[in-house]
Amino acid sequence: MIPGLDQGEESMGVIGGIDPRIRVVAAIVFAMAVVSCRDMAALLSGLAAALGVLVLARLPVLPTLRRMVAMDMFVVFILVMLPFTMPGDPLFEFAGFAASRQGLMRAVEIGLKANAVVLALMALVGSMSSVTLGHALYRLRLPENLVHLLLFTVRYIDVLHQEYLRLRIAMEARGFQPATTLHTMRSFGYLVGMMLVRALERSERILAAMSCRGFVGHFPLFDAFRIGWRDWVFAAATVLVCTLIVALEIA
Amino acid sequence: MHIVDGALSIPVVAGGAVLAAAGIGLGLKRLTIENIPATGVLSATFFVASLIHVPLGPSSVHLIMNGLAGLVLGWAAFPALFVGLLLQAVFFGFGGLLVLGVNTVNIALPAVMVHYLCRHGIGAASPNRAMLWGALGGALAIAFTTAGVAVALALTGNEFVPAAKMVFFAHIPVMAIEALLSGAAVLLARRVKPELFGALFQEKSHA
Repeated sequence: MIPGLDQGEESMGVIGGIDPRIRVVAAIVFAMAVVSCRDMAALLSGLAAALGVLVLARLPVLPTLRRMVAMDMFVVFILVMLPFTMPGDPLFEFAGFAASRQGLMRAVEIGLKANAVVLALMALVGSMSSVTLGHALYRLRLPENLVHLLLFTVRYIDVLHQEYLRLRIAMEARGFQPATTLHTMRSFGYLVGMMLVRALERSERILAAMSCRGFVGHFPLFDAFRIGWRDWVFAAATVLVCTLIVALEIA
Repeated sequence: MHIVDGALSIPVVAGGAVLAAAGIGLGLKRLTIENIPATGVLSATFFVASLIHVPLGPSSVHLIMNGLAGLVLGWAAFPALFVGLLLQAVFFGFGGLLVLGVNTVNIALPAVMVHYLCRHGIGAASPNRAMLWGALGGALAIAFTTAGVAVALALTGNEFVPAAKMVFFAHIPVMAIEALLSGAAVLLARRVKPELFGALFQEKSHA
């Protein structure tokens, strides 16, 4: 199993009891509120609110925080460069290049926004099963075939990951060791090509199996989403928190 | 190449969302009963491929393979790669939420461009020639993706321009790796199962 991508497991805790549609919308509203701010106090309270949701979602705290902090190398590089590329009051010098205070503030600001949004997203939406996510998106009027594509993808990621691991074991049993060589590139290329070929053949079998069970292009999506008083309380709390963050920004 | 939330200006984020929605819409029109399972399974394959780390000197890079995705899926690459990016953001915390549109365009638009530029070459009589077109597609897709990231950053502000340029040049080794891998993958698929590049997702202009 690829860690984090659960198909059936619902997290417990307060967040787990909230309607999935409300959680998706809350994540978007929160992201918009945080991204629109520039004030440090507002951004820090946004990050604090996201941490609060993480606790309520009962996700494993340390692994989730590690995922939050991890960014692509190129984003880290751009943030580190910002103090040197943004004009402003010089703060310090590094290897002959002056770093500006404005640039440093901008980099900190982006870092805070990115982490707050990703943390809230993982706590609110990442804590539901990927199948529930598909159903919630369908109920939020996303196109039906996009949702089917999502459900198919989720269903087969784990299957294909197992297949990938089997192929890797087969390669290693024949003495394959990855290095920066042409041989490695060709072997990995064949690996990806083989996975694609097998995937297509698998999909032919899936379609045949589904056709003989009467598949006509869509599944009935059964779910029992119901919005109760808890959901309204949660929605109100989300609006309140977002309003407070934006109020800090304006003040 | 996941841009995070908070880095780009609001017009760039909104523009990316509109373009992504249009591309996804065009891709979804091509999803029929027959090819929804195939698209889903192939989308899962590209998701798993992005977990493969290829050693590059002392470090390693993870694969993107969007050129290959475009060659196989055509416009269906838009919804397929969007689904992958959505799952990565929600469950792994890669990238962000509001920038999902920009990130989708940066990954999927190059895939579609490669489809139109290199798809005919994949059908060449000799598998070795097909391999060269596959390699070209793999390199071009990463070049376009990096250029797209640089454009999104440059449209946001001049302070990003030097870093964006350096990011582009830093990705030249990645282009080489993706070219070699895509070429090898195309060569194998052409020998084992040429239908992979067959009629399932062929765009009309080559029909």
